[in-house]
Amino acid sequence: MTGGISKRIYKIQFALLSPEEIRKMSQVKVITADTYDDDGYPIERGLMDLHMGVIEPGLKCATCGGKVDECPGHFGHIELAMPVVHIGFIKELKTLLDATCKACGKIKLTDDEIRSYREKFDQLSLSTSDPEIIGLMSKKVTDEASQRMVCPHCGTQQTKIILDKPTTFREEGIKVTPKEIRERMERIPDDHLVFFGLNSEVARPEWMVLTVLPVPPINVRPSITLETGERSEDDLTHKLVDIIRISQRLRESRDNGSPQLIIEDLWDLLQFHVTTYFDNQTAGIPPARHRSGRALKTLVQRLKGKEGRFRSNLSGKRVNFSARTVISPEPFLSINEVGVPEKAARELTVPVTVNVFNVESIREFVKRGPEPRDEFGKYLAGVNYIIRPDGRRIKLTAQNAEENSKRIEPGWVVERQLTEGDIVLFNRQPSLHRMSMMGHTVRILDGQTFRFNLAVCTPYNADFDGDEMNLHIIQKEEARAEARIIMKVQEQIMSPRFGGPIIGGIHDHITSLFLLTHNNPLIPEDETVHILSYLDIESMPEPVIQDGKKFYAGRDIFSLILPKGLNLQFTSKLCTGAKEKCEYENDPADKLVYIVDGKMLHGTIDEAAIGSFSGEIIDKIFRKYGPAETARFIDRMTRLAVGFISVRGFSTGISDYDIPESAISRIAEISAQAIDRATKLIETYRQGQLQPAPGRSVEDTLEIEILSTTGMVRDESGKIASAYLGLNNPSVIMARSGARAKMLNISEVAGMVGQQSVRGGRLNRGYYGRTLPHFKVNDIGALARGFVQSSYKEGLNPLEYFMHSIGGREGLVDIAVRTSRSGYMQRRLINAFEDLKVDDDLRVQDTIGAVIQFKYGEDGVDPTRSDRGETVDVDYNAFDLEQEAEQ
Amino acid sequence: MGKFNVLQHDLVPEHHVVPKSEEDKVLKELEIAKDLLPKISRSDPAIKALEEIHGPLDTGTIIRIVRRSPTMGYSTYYRVITSEVFK
Repeated sequence: MTGGISKRIYKIQFALLSPEEIRKMSQVKVITADTYDDDGYPIERGLMDLHMGVIEPGLKCATCGGKVDECPGHFGHIELAMPVVHIGFIKELKTLLDATCKACGKIKLTDDEIRSYREKFDQLSLSTSDPEIIGLMSKKVTDEASQRMVCPHCGTQQTKIILDKPTTFREEGIKVTPKEIRERMERIPDDHLVFFGLNSEVARPEWMVLTVLPVPPINVRPSITLETGERSEDDLTHKLVDIIRISQRLRESRDNGSPQLIIEDLWDLLQFHVTTYFDNQTAGIPPARHRSGRALKTLVQRLKGKEGRFRSNLSGKRVNFSARTVISPEPFLSINEVGVPEKAARELTVPVTVNVFNVESIREFVKRGPEPRDEFGKYLAGVNYIIRPDGRRIKLTAQNAEENSKRIEPGWVVERQLTEGDIVLFNRQPSLHRMSMMGHTVRILDGQTFRFNLAVCTPYNADFDGDEMNLHIIQKEEARAEARIIMKVQEQIMSPRFGGPIIGGIHDHITSLFLLTHNNPLIPEDETVHILSYLDIESMPEPVIQDGKKFYAGRDIFSLILPKGLNLQFTSKLCTGAKEKCEYENDPADKLVYIVDGKMLHGTIDEAAIGSFSGEIIDKIFRKYGPAETARFIDRMTRLAVGFISVRGFSTGISDYDIPESAISRIAEISAQAIDRATKLIETYRQGQLQPAPGRSVEDTLEIEILSTTGMVRDESGKIASAYLGLNNPSVIMARSGARAKMLNISEVAGMVGQQSVRGGRLNRGYYGRTLPHFKVNDIGALARGFVQSSYKEGLNPLEYFMHSIGGREGLVDIAVRTSRSGYMQRRLINAFEDLKVDDDLRVQDTIGAVIQFKYGEDGVDPTRSDRGETVDVDYNAFDLEQEAEQ
Repeated sequence: MGKFNVLQHDLVPEHHVVPKSEEDKVLKELEIAKDLLPKISRSDPAIKALEEIHGPLDTGTIIRIVRRSPTMGYSTYYRVITSEVFK
């Protein structure tokens, strides 16, 4: 990798290959369709002729004498028995045929017109003007010429030419052979080509009809030898075999005077093979297939689409110094760390340049060899390769380590294995936002998986059901500095999407701290000590003495992890979830979180305090103390949470959804009433008595009425059920604290599942006039249209189960459709924005300096530093200042 | 239906023609060449509405657009008229 520019592209020219040129660049005229003889040696003048390059070690190229990796490959050519049209130029050929005279070949414009248009074209230089403008002008001129039915030059009456897709041209129903097309193209004078946007020096139109076909070098279509010793040829070679075979048969038939019909059939077949050789997905042509039935991958298929050369090999590449494996959780790691298995660490290296200052220590390092361990058998970083100043790599082994360590001098490079504290990039696909790739510091761990703190699941959108992630080892100092300063996890806590923290507690963290702080429970001394042993605290909080025993208050324990000087008050999530009036509405001790000087005085910690997306405490710590302190808070918060919930214990089971018999019968009663009400509504509707709601039809009104009835009964049953499920119920704790699920889900389990819907309406599809054959035709009653009376716990009857599956399917389909559609949308946005940049005075520009925005986001505000889109949180700042003044 | 002036719609930001005499001042302030300014098509409904008031506008005329912004109160943006038609 040397700096500077060795070559610069001066211009790019698009041209056609003339038959002469194809022959000139060809090293061999291929005449046999065979590849190798019985001994496995390439047949001369065959498709694997040695003149076209070598792929087998030991052989030498017959053209350049190079061996396998030296010879770049050379072209050959096939002389086609009869000309065929090139599928890529069909459109151009059509225009040319339409706009020129069939007899004299001149463009069908009068001399005056030619003169005036030529002047216009002369103004635009063909090589420098915008191709789009040339294209538009050329279209205008050729359209005009195509309209003429009599040639202004020779007076010949013209006939209409129809393109019979994909490759046949017809003139009054009679086929125009490629040979005839080629002859017509030859007649077009050089100085008329400018009107078609062609440069006559490099692109004569008759070259669009092929008489000679270039055969790509063997390096382009290498054959592979299977384990069985069998040879398997590349798809392109297969196609070329077909072309040669048919060309030969066509030549023979023509020469021995076969009937015209047979010749035409063979000619068409040749056209088919040449067409599919270029593009095997041409509309109107069945794709050529391999023996196994697989469609062949020919030239266009190699380039096009996601797996094509451009997107797969040029825009994206496989990289070295990377690793991929399964991920698993490790709550004792910091959010900034990643656990790397030893196996991976031994393979991944960081280059270290030897200089006069480090030469001694590096020699010691190299002496340790490629697999060192300390006296306890623990991992120590070794060295895999050393690179001499001339670029030669020496593989280090236990045997040659000692000797090589002595040879090391300043200027050498040593490839050192990964060690604790190295900064690496960690990534999970799909990489939808910048937090999908963050910098972590390495911890070498036992086992086979990558591990990280659970709080980092959210930005990566990872879980541990088999997800895999990628690790990239940074090779340069600049990149390492950049990763440390801007990519490290702690720098990414604030999301630019909504200006709040995206990293925070999840699931059990929230449940645990909710249990720790709600109603401020007293924790016995021994348990407290155990929990706090997970944390690095300086002193124990004030104990509470009760019955002569020492206890610690939950909120005091939580206060230990809050930074000193933090002042904050906010409402917890506790009451926001409740439908009716919350039981804690007037209880500030529970509802209102009140933190002064890093001590939590009252309130309940839940999702609103420490959750990802919403965590108020995380947000305010970040603003007041910065990334490092926030990372420390999250580390300690997750440790405390895991410690506490492990000691306390937490689980839920089916009996948590038990509600009294009376409640069950009450729910059954109201659902029966709802069905009755629906039936009555339908009756009213059938009698024509139903009053339509404003702006709606009677049918719509009926649907809405029934939907609201069934919706109401579900809410009602939820209320009845949750009346018996209080905050001592684990599921309710999870729902109310925001750890997982909603109260709605609980009422579905304990109360009733309720109305199923597709596209916002009741189920109505399936059989003629009914959803299932269990109902009468045109039954639009509640049960016939997907009302599920049972609860999940009680179990659904077969009909309900079916209805429920229909509703569930809609969700799955939605997700599938949404992901593919948003993925494509994202790709287009990325391509449009990829080279925009924000300069020093916040102006957004593209590469030529054209302005996109005069000030980034029109206000110059970095959304990460904004308060959820607002400029400042006045209430918080006022409270903070007030408290600080008091202290 | 009477003729509708798009500029009076609540969701359309204010469009003003920058007088020729002020152009240099604006460009200097922005430290930018005219051809690097964002473009607005001549066929844009807002330009058509402006032409109702000012008479035909030449390509190359600078338009000042004042948008409401939740964070800034308002923000100014400049676009220059072009004959290009954006697809």
